[in-house]
Amino acid sequence: MNTLEILFYALSALAIISAVMVLVSKNPIHSVLWLILVFFAISGHYILLNAQFLAIVNIIVYAGAIMVLFLFVMMLMNVKKDNEPQKQLWVKLIGVIAGGSFLTLLIALVKQNTSFQGRDVLLKDGNIGLIHPLGQALFTDYVVPFEISSVLFLSAMVGAVIIGKK
Amino acid sequence: MPIEYYIFLCLTLFSIGVIGVLTRRNAIIVFMCIELMLNAVNMLLVAFSKMNYAAAQAITPNTTAGIDAQIFVFFIMVVAAAEVSIGLAIIVMIYRNTHSIDINFLNRLKN
Repeated sequence: MNTLEILFYALSALAIISAVMVLVSKNPIHSVLWLILVFFAISGHYILLNAQFLAIVNIIVYAGAIMVLFLFVMMLMNVKKDNEPQKQLWVKLIGVIAGGSFLTLLIALVKQNTSFQGRDVLLKDGNIGLIHPLGQALFTDYVVPFEISSVLFLSAMVGAVIIGKK
Repeated sequence: MPIEYYIFLCLTLFSIGVIGVLTRRNAIIVFMCIELMLNAVNMLLVAFSKMNYAAAQAITPNTTAGIDAQIFVFFIMVVAAAEVSIGLAIIVMIYRNTHSIDINFLNRLKN
């Protein structure tokens, strides 16, 4: 087992354990902190895949901006852990069974599919994840969606202000 | 690293998100689980992009195959950022009206 595989398994275990802790923890603040850990693990995966630009953007946008927004809203609302409503036990059980069977079904489908067998992911090498090729593609082939996304941001900003003003 | 390992990892993360949406009643936690599902899909897209790149690189050495998937991931992040700002504004508005973020109170459309 070489270093890359050890890193893959360690990051995967970190991501899955933290994702489970997001659901399990009773305090919503702890859930946010565990979710930040998930995002860091996913960024580690991006670095392992040599998608450096996406790793940095993931940390800046998700762990930096979105999660801070979640924390702000949560602290504005003063959500205590004792007054958080809980679903009934059988509803939770049904949810876990439904999600688990969804996972089992998809894993069985992937295992059965022959087009994935023997296909390897290139770790650590390859330069398509660097800023230079990504920027070139973004500002030549994808320049129209890039401009449209600025309109999307403007409308999101206006919408958030209008919703929050009342 | 075989692509199946990445698929299994992302499926697990996605299913954890689905279970969270089905079992929690706190609207913010439900929203966070949706973010978790988005991230699982993003990671799968990047893994597939590197899989296609590995296949194309064997034929032509300096190819840019698979770069579209990474651009897609970038746009998914853009849309997710806009979506979170609107969604949290809606949750704050709900909290202001009902003094609770329990999603079971949001059944006014029913009657």
